[in-house]
Amino acid sequence: MVEERIILHGHPGVGPETEGEALVCADNFSARYDLDRRTGVFSRPGHALYGQSLVGRICVFNTAKGGVATAWALLDMKRRGVAPAALIFRRANPIMVQGAVLAGIALMDGLEPDPVQTIRTGDRIRVRPRAGLVEVIRRAPTP
Amino acid sequence: MRLTPEEEAMLAGRYGEAVRRALAFQLAVGEFFGAEDFVPVTSAHLMAEIESMGEAGLAFVEEMADLGGQVRIPTTCNSRSVDPYRWTALGQDERQVALEDRLTRALQRLGVLTVDTCINYQSVVPPRFGEHLAWGDTGAVIFANSVAGARSNFEGGPAALAAGLTGRVPRYGYHLPAQRRATVLVEVHDQPRQRSDWSALGCLIGRQVNDYWQVPVLTGLSITPTVEDLKHLGAALASYGSLALFHIVGVTPEARTLAEATGGSPPTRRLVVEPGALAEAYRSFPATTERPDLVVFSAPQLSLFELRDLARALAGRRVHPAVRLLATTNYQTYCVAERLGYVRVIEEAGGTVLQGSCFYLMTPNELRERFGYQTVVTDSAKLANIIAGYGYTPIFRPTDVCLQTALEGRLPW
Repeated sequence: MVEERIILHGHPGVGPETEGEALVCADNFSARYDLDRRTGVFSRPGHALYGQSLVGRICVFNTAKGGVATAWALLDMKRRGVAPAALIFRRANPIMVQGAVLAGIALMDGLEPDPVQTIRTGDRIRVRPRAGLVEVIRRAPTP
Repeated sequence: MRLTPEEEAMLAGRYGEAVRRALAFQLAVGEFFGAEDFVPVTSAHLMAEIESMGEAGLAFVEEMADLGGQVRIPTTCNSRSVDPYRWTALGQDERQVALEDRLTRALQRLGVLTVDTCINYQSVVPPRFGEHLAWGDTGAVIFANSVAGARSNFEGGPAALAAGLTGRVPRYGYHLPAQRRATVLVEVHDQPRQRSDWSALGCLIGRQVNDYWQVPVLTGLSITPTVEDLKHLGAALASYGSLALFHIVGVTPEARTLAEATGGSPPTRRLVVEPGALAEAYRSFPATTERPDLVVFSAPQLSLFELRDLARALAGRRVHPAVRLLATTNYQTYCVAERLGYVRVIEEAGGTVLQGSCFYLMTPNELRERFGYQTVVTDSAKLANIIAGYGYTPIFRPTDVCLQTALEGRLPW
């Protein structure tokens, strides 16, 4: 069976072209509120990704949560090898974009169709910030 | 983005490498958000502390200082991860203190005033109507935007430092009049009765309007809030909702009327805070234990009036030995509170008043592991929200219940 390549379109994002495995949820995100930043594991009870690791994954969230800490935290996490590979939001806030620019991590938002509905955890995806699009390269096996 | 000749010169490195990097950073962020140009700002407030920035962030700040960077507008910095005077009493790691010392020196080389406070608006640089700012700490931003009618986005540490160095920010978001219009109408039918009720109100609304780009307008409040009330309302809205602006009809300066707040276009959503909702906000934090480890008054740092009230409540009494009572404030407020005797009263009762920090910044994971802390009782819904991510069980309660818990060593509900 030949799969149709799924492409999500938006405006130009920040950071380098990045390929990786998606980790998707409809929750919001803050590195301070939700993570054990020592390990990159979601430590906030009640978060959809509680207990999972975002290290090296391309995370898809609804929007940003909380305060300003993530603007610094992404760089620190990247240097310690516990950062996400890239970030996708339905809509980002300034803090997430500032953090991504500082850390050199790709970030995109405003994509159509809705990335939270379209991309599935485990999908292999490619984020192309300069072109303003995200490609689903290979679907995760259906459970 | 459209650049002025001065901005072109900055980008070409004619103001030095630190300014070039700062402007390039701001340009990337501004273009993401579709900013058309830059807007000059009158001050920057920088969140810089080791707990969130780590050694990588410290190295970044040191490099900017080594490159000769100098802020060109008044720039202050936010609460830090250690109290430089009391860290040993809290058992904080010496290494953490050494890193914060290095950070202080780097910030000072850059010309940043290391006031270490999240209530700069109460004690250092009161914001004024219509001025453009580059502030971090969301509680400070939402206060400046809402209570004073100043204009700032959330500027995280690197962004506020960049603004300090260039004296400007990309013009998008809350710098634009259109973004400041109320989008969510909140009818309040449960009147706040004490300070923490304003925190509860912010928690309730923020949970439902959790989107930076939304702006709630509150109607139906029959009580005139104090500055402290508005501070706690804003801090909770910013924490739960990631919100940067609220209006209260008849109270805040861009909402003399509902029509003014909404800019004439009807809100897209309507919420009702029903009678009894504030009590429910507290009860949404179940009393998982009767015997909590910590009672914390923090987030934001306490003002002089809040410390006075805490001293009055503790005067001549003793905090139960099974409980640790912590309060945080800034150096300025601590100095005055010391002169007025509040610090002595609180400490004689067995409480600890910390300076220059805020509890959730104080390496809470490490404190939990070292002391076996599990449960935090607090009258700050913001602290209750944040601390859950650090493995603590937060119990948000009214201020008077927090005090009772500290004195009796037992949580009544």
